[in-house]
Amino acid sequence: MASRLQRQETRAALWFISPWIIGFMIFTAGPMIASLVLSFTDYSLVGKTSGVGAANYQELLSDPRVRTSLTNTFVYALMYVPLGTAFALGLALLLQRVGRAAGFFRTAFYLPVMTPAVAAGAMFLLLLNGQRGLVNQVLGWVGIEGPNWTTDPNWLKPSLAVVSLWAVGGSVVIFLAALHAVPRQLQEAAMLDGAGVVRRFFSVTVPMISGAIFFSVITHTIAALQMFDQAYTMFYGPQQKSTASDASLVYMVYLFQNAFQFFRMGFASAMAWVLFVIILVITIAQVRIGNRFVYYEGDNR
Amino acid sequence: MSTPVVQGIPPIGGGGEQGPASARGPAGAATLAGDPGPGSRGDTARSWFWRGLYLALLFLATLAFVYPLVWLVSASLKPKSQVFDNRLIPETVQWSNFATVWDAGPVLRWLLNSTTVGLISATAVTLSSALVAFGFAYFRFRHRNLLFGLVLATMMLPGAVTMIPVYLIWNQVGMVDTQVPLWAQNLFGSAFYIFLLRQFFLGIPRELFEAARVDGASYLMMFRRIAMPLARPALVIVFVFELQASWSDLMKPLIYLQTPEYFTMPRGLKQIVDAFALSGEYHWEIAMAATLIATIPMILIFAFTQRYVLDGIATSAKQG
Repeated sequence: MASRLQRQETRAALWFISPWIIGFMIFTAGPMIASLVLSFTDYSLVGKTSGVGAANYQELLSDPRVRTSLTNTFVYALMYVPLGTAFALGLALLLQRVGRAAGFFRTAFYLPVMTPAVAAGAMFLLLLNGQRGLVNQVLGWVGIEGPNWTTDPNWLKPSLAVVSLWAVGGSVVIFLAALHAVPRQLQEAAMLDGAGVVRRFFSVTVPMISGAIFFSVITHTIAALQMFDQAYTMFYGPQQKSTASDASLVYMVYLFQNAFQFFRMGFASAMAWVLFVIILVITIAQVRIGNRFVYYEGDNR
Repeated sequence: MSTPVVQGIPPIGGGGEQGPASARGPAGAATLAGDPGPGSRGDTARSWFWRGLYLALLFLATLAFVYPLVWLVSASLKPKSQVFDNRLIPETVQWSNFATVWDAGPVLRWLLNSTTVGLISATAVTLSSALVAFGFAYFRFRHRNLLFGLVLATMMLPGAVTMIPVYLIWNQVGMVDTQVPLWAQNLFGSAFYIFLLRQFFLGIPRELFEAARVDGASYLMMFRRIAMPLARPALVIVFVFELQASWSDLMKPLIYLQTPEYFTMPRGLKQIVDAFALSGEYHWEIAMAATLIATIPMILIFAFTQRYVLDGIATSAKQG
């Protein structure tokens, strides 16, 4: 009887999850294998295809643009992820201290997240204009001479980070929720023990919300390494050439160009697998490091 | 492994689904009342000073987040020579910018395309993810955790890995330069949404389902009559998230669409930006008018759903 019921349940469960299984086969598992195979060929959509062994991977190592794009992506991620996390945490801490007013600010902070990336890119292309942009005008008021954000090769990656930082509101909402979940008794106990504001922040608040910080860092790192929309909108076009220079060439832009503008699909597949491995290694490293610091409530997970 | 997860979730999903908006208000108030802890030592003036400082900083941040959008509205109405004067109220209001955008590309078509693709994408992914999530939440079957782990693992896979073969599939069936590839994958659920909805389904008391079962309800009826109505807040979040993601997506339209009439709004916007802001005579005001057109629909959607969306993120984050 029990086993009949079990079989029936299993059948029903499979029926429910079948969309995902089918989709996984067609759009994930199959293409993964295909792309791995392609990465060892010179496939280019038209013309003859032949296996080239590891040549694509060797070329990856020697292609200076691959190295440039990888460096650019890392530099961007190293600016965006820590700054984004710090800003979001700072704003969430402020929001936590203003009570009901937090609702209004939370909504305002989230508006940029709803703005399409292409729109944000186009807008900041003007706001960050070196001579007459609003950002440099405001910097001028406080006596800072702003750089040529969108043309100076040294400032292209910071300007991409600025565009992304503008949409940091999602993390603020997440951190605020985490802060609200910190039991008040802990803060009060620490206060009774004579811990000051700073000490309480680092010894109580940070450990208690470390899970949310950790989650945010990992997802933002994964997203940052795949950044495409803003860079492509601001600095690349159908002309295949950058309107600036390779200083804004992020990995996904170069991969996209190889795949769909130069039709070097074998090479692009190799690039994709390298990106996958990089993301895997970084994520695993972050999880390893994170597990040492992250506190899980009740440790019941 | 499975039991602690199941046990750990209900208070979050169950409590979170109705409550966050109303529950957070008092929580916030409690913070307000409790936080002048230093102030309760009698030093209210000092606590008011800090509160004022916090509010001032927050207003400054709000300015940084919101003013660019205000600036956008203003810039889209200015003549070319005044775009960079950065004045809030345009000296000369030039409505014709929008007419120029209209002539520069089939903007109405793009808006319609984006709306259609967005609605199909969001509806498809919400329904399919809910089905799959219910499968993982309600039933007990062999290898369930392994399979669910696989679902979660796909979140780490960069889109770039499958991008080319998936393109080749659509190319093979002659669907390139149609909008089908923009939404078809959504029929099969999406890992993050499956994860999110599963948490909500786990929060529904199992007795509700058992009672329905005794009354002779089929699994599908339980899904439609019990699980779906109760998960409505979560379904709205998934729908809005996907609508936004689909509306913003640039990569897929770049890959699949060649005919301008089929473009979605971001793809069309990119074309206008290329033509007016990155080359030619640099008519920034036209690019900004198009940017505004692409942005407004999402702001409107947010205006109507922000409660759900913001509380939804807050709840889902706690589960992550």
